[in-house]
Amino acid sequence: MKFVKKHLLTIYAIGVFLYLFIPVALVILFGFNDVRGRFNFRWVGFTLDHWENVFFGPVFGGVPGLWDSMLTSLRLAFLSSAIGTVLGTLIALALGRYSFRGRGATNVFLFLPMATPEVVMGSSILALFLALRINQGYATLLISHIVFIISYVVLTVKARIQGLDRHLEEAAMDLYATEWQTFRRVTLPLIMPGVFAAFLLGFALSFDDFIISNFNAGPTIQTLPLWIFAANQRGIPPEANVLGTLIFVITVLVMLLNVVWQRRQSAKTSV
Amino acid sequence: MTAGNGIPAVELENVTKRFADFTAVDSLNLNIGENTFFAMLGPSGCGKTTTLRMIGGFEDPTSGTIRLHGDDVTGLKPYRRAVNTVFQSYALFPHMTVAENVAFGLRRKKVDDAEVKRRVGETLELVQLSARGSAKPRQLSGGQQQRVALARALINHPRVLLLDEPLGALDLKLRKEMQIELKRIQQEVGITFIHVTHDQEEAMTMADTIAVMNQGRIERLGSPSEIYEDPRTPFVAGFLGASNLMSGTVSGNEVGLPNGAVIRLTDIQAARCNGHNEVQIGVRPEKLSFFGSNDGNAPVNRLSGVIADTSFTGTSTQYLVEVPGIGQVAVVEQNLGDIHDPGEEVTVAWKPEHTFVVE
Repeated sequence: MKFVKKHLLTIYAIGVFLYLFIPVALVILFGFNDVRGRFNFRWVGFTLDHWENVFFGPVFGGVPGLWDSMLTSLRLAFLSSAIGTVLGTLIALALGRYSFRGRGATNVFLFLPMATPEVVMGSSILALFLALRINQGYATLLISHIVFIISYVVLTVKARIQGLDRHLEEAAMDLYATEWQTFRRVTLPLIMPGVFAAFLLGFALSFDDFIISNFNAGPTIQTLPLWIFAANQRGIPPEANVLGTLIFVITVLVMLLNVVWQRRQSAKTSV
Repeated sequence: MTAGNGIPAVELENVTKRFADFTAVDSLNLNIGENTFFAMLGPSGCGKTTTLRMIGGFEDPTSGTIRLHGDDVTGLKPYRRAVNTVFQSYALFPHMTVAENVAFGLRRKKVDDAEVKRRVGETLELVQLSARGSAKPRQLSGGQQQRVALARALINHPRVLLLDEPLGALDLKLRKEMQIELKRIQQEVGITFIHVTHDQEEAMTMADTIAVMNQGRIERLGSPSEIYEDPRTPFVAGFLGASNLMSGTVSGNEVGLPNGAVIRLTDIQAARCNGHNEVQIGVRPEKLSFFGSNDGNAPVNRLSGVIADTSFTGTSTQYLVEVPGIGQVAVVEQNLGDIHDPGEEVTVAWKPEHTFVVE
C-alpha cells in the first residue's frame, strides 16, 4: 500500500501513456499481421508481406489508390499550409502591430472557424461553392483547407508577435533599416519559430482532415483519410497500417532530430 | 547655448502631441545646442519620452515643427534622420551577435566590409567590450548590454544621440559608473546627447542643461546649478532636491511671514514679485544653519522653533524644526559640530541670496 502511495503519480502517468499509445501500438502491430479474410482485427501470425507489398508490390504501392491518396494528401497539406501560413502570418502582423477599424471583428471572425463544428463548416463551404457554380475538385479542396488553417496560423504567429519587444523594430528603423529591411532582418527572423510551428500545425491539420475534405473534394480527388474511410467499407488492408506506421515513425524521428538540434544550439550559445 | 554656426542641433517649434484623450506634449518650444549634454527631467507621464520619440521619428507630432541642424524633419521616418537612439530596454537584436548588432546601422548604409570591421572594433573598444564581439546579447550582463546599445548607436556617428532612461535598469553602483562613463564618452565623441530621465541626481550629474518637464510643458530650463538655486516654480523646487516653501506678503524687498518673521530678498528675486501681493518663497535645507537666539553673526533671515526630529545620515544630519505659524522646516547640517536633539529650542537663519521666489 505504501508503495502505491509513494508512486501514485508514476502509476497514473503510466496509465495515461498506455491509454494514449496502445491504439498506436496496435496499428503498428497489425501491419505485420498475416491476415486472413477482409478484416484485420484478429492476430493470426507474423509476416512482412504487407511491408514488401507497400514498397515493391505488383501495382506501385501494392494496394490500388493507397500511394496515390497519400501523395495527394501530402501535396495538399504542403500547399494549403504554405499558403495558409503566408496569409495567416500577414493577418497576425496586422492584428499584432496595428490598430485599425474592424480589428476586434477580425479577431472574432478568425476564431469562428475554430469554434464551428467541422460538419457545419464543411457543408457551408460546399454550399458556397455550389451557389457559385464552382465544381468540386482540387481547387475547392485546397481553398477549404486554407480557410480553416488560417485561423490556427494567426493564433500561433500572433502569440509570437505579441511577445516581441516593439522597440526592436523601432531600433532597426533607427539604424537606417527601411520598413522592408526591418521586416526581413529583424521581425521575420524573430517570429520565424512561430511561423514554422504554424506551418507544421497547418500541415498536420490538413493531412488528417476528413470531414471538410469529404464535403469539398468531389468525386475525383481522394486524400488519404478519404481513402481509408472508403477502404473501411470493405475492410482496411494491412498496407494502410504499414503506411500509418511509416508516418508515425517519420514524425517521431523529425521531432527527435529537432530536440537534438535545439540542444546543440543552446549548448553552443551558453557560456 | 548654441555653438559654432549658431544653428541648434535640435529645434522644436510649437510641438504638440495629443493622444486620444490627453495631451502628452503641449506646444513645446526648445532649442538644444550643438555638443551639449541635455537632460529632460520629469515624473512619468510628463511628456519627456514622447518628446524624445518625436525627435527620433517614432511618433509624429500632432502639430509643430522639428528641425535637426536647421533641416525640417517633421514627418520624416526614423531611418531618414541623423539621430540614433539608446532604448530603455536596450532593444538589442537577440538573434545577432554583439558585433552584428553594432554593425547593423553601417550595413544598412552599405558601408564596405573592411570599414565596418574597423569601426566595429573601434566602437567596441570605446565601450570596453572588445572581447565580447561574438557573444549573443543575452549572454551579457545588464551593464554590458547597455554599452552594446550605446555602441550600436554611436558607431553611426550621429550628430544627436537620444537616450531614453538608459540607466534605469541598472543597480545603483553600476548606474553611478555609467553616469561618469556616459559623460566621458559624450566629451570624447563631441556630439549632442539628449538624455531622458526621472532621476534628478542623474540629470544634475551628467547634463550641461536640464529641462524640467511637467504636464507636457517645460517648467524650467537651465544649467543644473541655476535650476537648483532658483527653481522658480513649486514643482521644480520639489522635484529637484528638497526645499522649504513658505507663503507670505511681499512689500519691497521683504516678505512678511504668518508668524511675524520678515524675510529679505535679493533685488533680482524681489523684482519677480512685482504685481503680486502674496508670494511663495523657498530655501534649500542645506542653506539653513543653527544660531543662538541673539547671535549678531546670524544672517538676517531667521526663524525660531523647536526641533521635532533628528536623523543622522552619515555625512550630514537632517532636522525637522517646528516653527509656530509656519510648520515644519527641514534643515541639513554637515556633521562638523554638536548634533542637536529633538525638543531643543533653536533659531535657524539663512542669507537673502539663498532665498528664492516661486510662482
